[in-house]
Parts: sequence; structure tokens; C-alpha cells
Amino acid sequence: MAATVDTVERVESITADKYKYGFVTDIEMESAPIGLSEDIVRFISAKKEEPQWMLDWRLTAYRHWLTMEEPNWAKIGYEPIDYQQTYFFAAPKQKVAPKSLDEVDPELLRTYEKLGIPLKEQEMLAGVVGVAVDAVFDSVSVATTFRAKLEEAGVIFMPISEAIQKHPDLVKKYMGSVVPTTDNYFAALNCAVFTDGSFVYVPKGVHCPMELSTYFRINAQNTGQFERTLIIADDDAYVSYLEGCTAPMRDENQLHAAVVELVLHENAEIKYSTVQNWYPGDEEGKGGIYNFVTKRAKCAGANSKVSWTQVETGSAVTWKYPSCILQGDNSQGEFYSIAITNNMQQADTGTKMIHIGKNTRSRIISKGISAGKAQNTYRGLVKALPRASNARNFTQCDSLLIGDKCGAHTVPYIEISNSTARIEHEATTSKVSEDQLFYCRQRGIPEEEALALIVNGFCKEVLQELPMEFAVEAQKLVAISLEGSVG
Amino acid sequence: MLKISNLHAAIESVNKPILKGVDLEIGTGEIHAIMGPNGSGKSTLSYVLSGRDGYEVTGGSVDFAGQDLMDMEPEERAAAGLFLAFQYPVEIPGVQTMTFLRTALNEIKKARGEKEIDAVGFLKFVREKCKSLNISDDMMRRAVNVGFSGGEKKRNETLQMAVLEPKLAILDETDSGLDIDALRVVADGVNALRSENRSMLVITHYQRLLDYIVPDKVHVMANGRIVKSGGKELALELEEHGYAQYEAA
Ligand SMILES: Nc1ncnc2c1ncn2[C@@H]1O[C@H](COP(=O)(O)OP(=O)(O)OP(=O)(O)O)[C@@H](O)[C@H]1O
Ligand SMILES: [Mg+2]
Repeated sequence: MAATVDTVERVESITADKYKYGFVTDIEMESAPIGLSEDIVRFISAKKEEPQWMLDWRLTAYRHWLTMEEPNWAKIGYEPIDYQQTYFFAAPKQKVAPKSLDEVDPELLRTYEKLGIPLKEQEMLAGVVGVAVDAVFDSVSVATTFRAKLEEAGVIFMPISEAIQKHPDLVKKYMGSVVPTTDNYFAALNCAVFTDGSFVYVPKGVHCPMELSTYFRINAQNTGQFERTLIIADDDAYVSYLEGCTAPMRDENQLHAAVVELVLHENAEIKYSTVQNWYPGDEEGKGGIYNFVTKRAKCAGANSKVSWTQVETGSAVTWKYPSCILQGDNSQGEFYSIAITNNMQQADTGTKMIHIGKNTRSRIISKGISAGKAQNTYRGLVKALPRASNARNFTQCDSLLIGDKCGAHTVPYIEISNSTARIEHEATTSKVSEDQLFYCRQRGIPEEEALALIVNGFCKEVLQELPMEFAVEAQKLVAISLEGSVG
Repeated sequence: MLKISNLHAAIESVNKPILKGVDLEIGTGEIHAIMGPNGSGKSTLSYVLSGRDGYEVTGGSVDFAGQDLMDMEPEERAAAGLFLAFQYPVEIPGVQTMTFLRTALNEIKKARGEKEIDAVGFLKFVREKCKSLNISDDMMRRAVNVGFSGGEKKRNETLQMAVLEPKLAILDETDSGLDIDALRVVADGVNALRSENRSMLVITHYQRLLDYIVPDKVHVMANGRIVKSGGKELALELEEHGYAQYEAA
């Protein structure tokens, strides 16, 4: 109870305004020269003091990327990205890498405090199951908490740049095994210039003792963030992982192109939750983050289970399809999504469920909410390969419109090559009705609160999939991202 | 408590006058009933009093406990103590009745500058209300009105009224569609809320309800006006002779 109340108050205090995360941290930074070239790729690799194999991997990806074209099939429109006017590396200046939190620049600690992310372990409430945090600021991880406690359990949780040094075998084995360097335009770009992100390894039979989370913050101007996250759950392992994202309000668009890979062995389970609240741009559509993300899970082992839950409220443009490769027999994939677009925001998001093994199951619950002049598209693929006998999928796509200048679109693709596979698809589109708003207001609930209540009700099936701490934050976010859309 | 003077109102979208000079005064602690033929403007009156969008007040005034009601937002009217039990209660999918009611009560408290009630305190408070109204608290865990039977919806309205403790409750056909037992539950609920500082305006088609909820006054509404007022015996007379004589007028 105490934790809930605390979270509610904390969230209230940090989200009282429209986009409260829009501040800029004034800190001395160092950057790579502007633009993109092989030299920049080498620069990043050298900054991270990477081994040769890693650099080679990056360069291969970069050369491949040069041959590719930016995709244009999504229902999104945006100004072309000028890769030569973007910084690909920016990091707070520090002489030596901090060994403990005491050595971290206090200005950075204050930034995370302001964002409501506790980095000091002792500030976590006693008796409450803690959340371990990896804090990524522009291109580097600045702190990772609770590492000692996790190590005791055998769980590795560290910045990926550090894992490349300390666990090269694991990184070599798994990085690119789910999303290859040649996968798609933005993934290839990420492979070439990725800067930081989290690495998690949960060994055989270990139930990770706490929630893991990464908090991504873009701070520097004209800088792209290229996060790379790799999570491996070995046989019978379990982990729940959360990520949150914010950025300052800026007039220019900024690029975020992430790759997240999840690997699940036999009987393993991963719950991956995202609350994405990058700066969405202003009411006229000026500024905001371009969020082009490739997230994919491979259920390699039998009976493994992965679940993606996402609450997407931010970004000017979102292009994101967290997917599940259901390779192991009896493996399960779930995708729960809330995508809210307001004003001029555009989101084209959904999932891919690739059924390969026998008796594989997938479930898709998507809730798209559109307000202002926003466009919101669900795009999803359900595919059953010849070997996937008895594969099952259930898909439910609900769209909610607020006002009459926005749009909602549902684009389901279904490819079935096994006659015993069963696919169910349901889709609805509704409007927040005057009747509902008036009913709430007659009971004393002001219009904006009423709308938030109605929309949260609409999203309930997804919200209840989030870990409690995040659920409260997500509900507040739903309310805030719709501010100004009625009346 | 409530003083309606020469109230005129029209439906905005079609510019159609519905209320054509309503006069009505309800004293503190009184129960008044309005009867009248279909389409005479009874629900419209309740919507105009509670501030629903889509109606234009074209004349007259309404004083509610010393405040100019027509100047206030719907939620401000609720905070001032006005409650409307809807003729057709609205469904809100995914929102637990418990959450809905607690949000409502706390918003009202907030508007009045009172201390809000926490989840645990509210649960206890609601359980007591349910018990006193003989309503099962299962309903509180379900989404607002979703999948409720007609009778359950009306009971839920009664429960909401009990929780929000208004100064003036308008009940729009809270009895329609109820079986005899449900009618009793609703009527008992209303009677339990009867108090010397709470007024009620009961809109109904059936004199039967007025056997359970005995009104201080009965009014006949026809063609957008109150055309006759009397004691509770007026309801019996209407039951016998119908509205023909008033509609002609
Ligand atoms: N949106 C609308 N457009 C046009 N006419 C309307 C609209 N809403 C209501 N009306 C009309 O206004 C009149 C009054 O309706 P109202 O619902 O107030 O009647 P009532 O007395 O409550 O009737 P009942 O006993 O059937 O509930 C009716 O003639 C109705 O058709
Ligand atoms: Mg009516």
C-alpha cells in the first residue's frame, strides 16, 4: 500500500504539467563530430574501448546499411532525416568511469531525481521488493543499481557496453541472433552506431529476485539515441523488465532507433514492459522524437513464454512492432498495447507473431486512442508455418476516437500454412460519447478527469498487465497525454 | 431549495423550443412529483437543470440554494448538491463502479474543499450503504452499468444517490421497467434518504410509485409547462382520467 501511495504522489508531482520531462540538464558533454561515416563508427567503438570483433560487426552493419533504403510502407509522414546533421554520440564528460554512485556527477543524479527515478538504493522503501535501474543518458549508461544483490542470485544486469568487455562470449553468441544486422534499415543503422542499453542474463532455474528497469533519457540537442538491449533467459529462468523514456522539449526532431532482442530457452519466461513518453512535439507538430524501434523475442526453447506490454504515449512518430518468434513447441507470445496519439502525433504500431513450433499460442490485445488530428494505425502479422500444427492466435484490436479530426486504422495480415492452425480476430472502433461524459460530469467529475477515466477503462485489459508501479504511472500518463482534447 | 421561474429552453441543434415557461418551487425537505404525457419535456427539464450540453436556455432563471444554477458547469452543480438519477443510465466499459463512485465523491469533496476519502475508507462506507439499501455489493466490482439489467441499473442509480448524499435529487422514471420487488427496493432506498434537509423531484408515469414514495406535491407537465399542481390525490385523479384535458390546453 505504502509503495502505491508513494508512487501515486511521486507521479502526481512529476506529471502535474503537460510535458514535465521537457527540461534540459546543463552538463558538460563530449560528442562525436556531427554526421555519419565509417570514421564515426570507429569513433564510437574506440570511445567504448571495444574489442576488434565488435568494431568489425559494426562496420559490416554500416556497409550494409549504406545499400538499404528507408522504408515507406507505414502510414506515417515525416520530414526526411538528415543523417549528416545528427550527432551519433554524446556523453557527459567524466574523467574516469564512475565505480559507484558517489562518483556520478551530482547534476546527473539530480536529473533522475527530477524524473522520479530513484538511483540511490537506500532510497527504495524498506521491505518493498525493489526495482533495479540502469540509467542511460544520451549515449552512455550513467548508473546501474542493485548489481550486488542481483549478482548474488547469479543475474547479470549491466550496461551493454560493459557486457561487451566482461561477457564477450555471451554477447557474441546472442547479439544479432534475433535481429540480424541486415534485418531492416533502422536496425542496421542501430547495429552500426548503437551506443548503450542494458544487458541481462538470467541463468538456468533462476527467478530474478527483483524487477529490472532501464530509464532512457535523451538530453543533448540534435543527437540520436541508439539503444541496444539484450536479454537472455536460460532454461526455467524468469525475469520482468521495464523501460521508460523521456526527452526535453526541442523544436527539432530527434531520432531514436533502438533494437531490443530477447532470447528464451526452455520453460523460460520474460515479461517486457515499456512506458514510452518521449517528447511528442507541440500542438502544431513542431519537434518531437522519431521513434523507430525493432523489438523481437525468440522463444527458442519449448514451453517458453514472452509477453510484451507497451504504453506508447509520446513521440512525434512511432514505428514499432514488438514481435515473437514462437519456435519452441508449446511456446507462447503475448502483445498488449496501448497507443495514444494526440494533436499531430502519428503511430504505426503492432506486432508479428510467427508460429513455427507445434501448439504455439499467441494473444494480441491492442488499444489505439486517437485525439486531435492524430493518426493511429495498428499493423499486425500472424503467421503460422507448415510445422505449426494446432497453433492458436487471438487478436483483439479496439480503437477509440476523441473528436472528429483524427484517424484510426487497423491493418491485420494473416498468413497460415497449416490447416490445423486457428486464428481469431476481433476489431472495434468507438467514440467517447457525450452521454458518457455527461454522466460522469453529473456525478461531479470534471470533463478532463472524466475523459481520463473513460479512456483508462477502455485500456483496462492492457493496464492490468503492467507491474503495479508502472500501472499507476501509465494511468496518469494516459490522462496527461489527452489533455486539451475535449471541450 | 429550488426555484424555477418562467424557464424557457430549446434544443440547440434543431432550434426547437421544449420548455415553454416552467415555474416550480421546491422547499427544503420536500418531495415533489412530476407526471405528464410522453414528450412533454420532463427529461428535458432534468437535463437543463443538471446542465447537459445541447440545450439553450432562452429565458427565465433557476435558483438553487441561493446560487444561479444556469451559470454553473454540470460538475459544479453536482458539487453544489444536485443529483440526477438518469432515465437511461449510461455504460462505461472497463471502469469499476467502485472506482467511478470514489472518483465522483472525491471530486465533489475536492470542489468543496473537504478532505478526500482513501480507498479503504471508501470501501467501508460503500459496504454500509449497500447494506442499508439491501443492494448486493457485487455490483460495485462490475464496470459501470455494463451488462446490468434494467432493474440493476436503477438500483445502481439509487446507490449512487445514497453515496453522494445530494441536497436535491431528481429521479427521472427511476420506477420504469422495475418489477414489484425491485420497485420496493428503489422506493425504500429513496425513503431511507428522505430527510428534512434533502429535497426530491420524482418524475414518474405511475401513481403506484407514489404509494411508496409519498409526495408533498404533484405537478402535471404538458407541452413544456407545469399546467396543474396539487396534493398527492392529484396523482390518483390522473390515473383515472389521463392527460387528455391538459394536452388540449
Ligand atoms: N435531439 C433532439 N432533437 C429533436 N427533438 C428532441 C431531441 N431530444 C428530445 N426531443 C424532443 O423533445 C421533446 C421532449 O422530450 P423529453 O425527453 O423531455 O420528454 P419526456 O417528458 O421526458 O417524455 P417521456 O415520458 O417519454 O420520457 C420530445 O418531443 C422529444 O422528441
Ligand atoms: Mg423522459
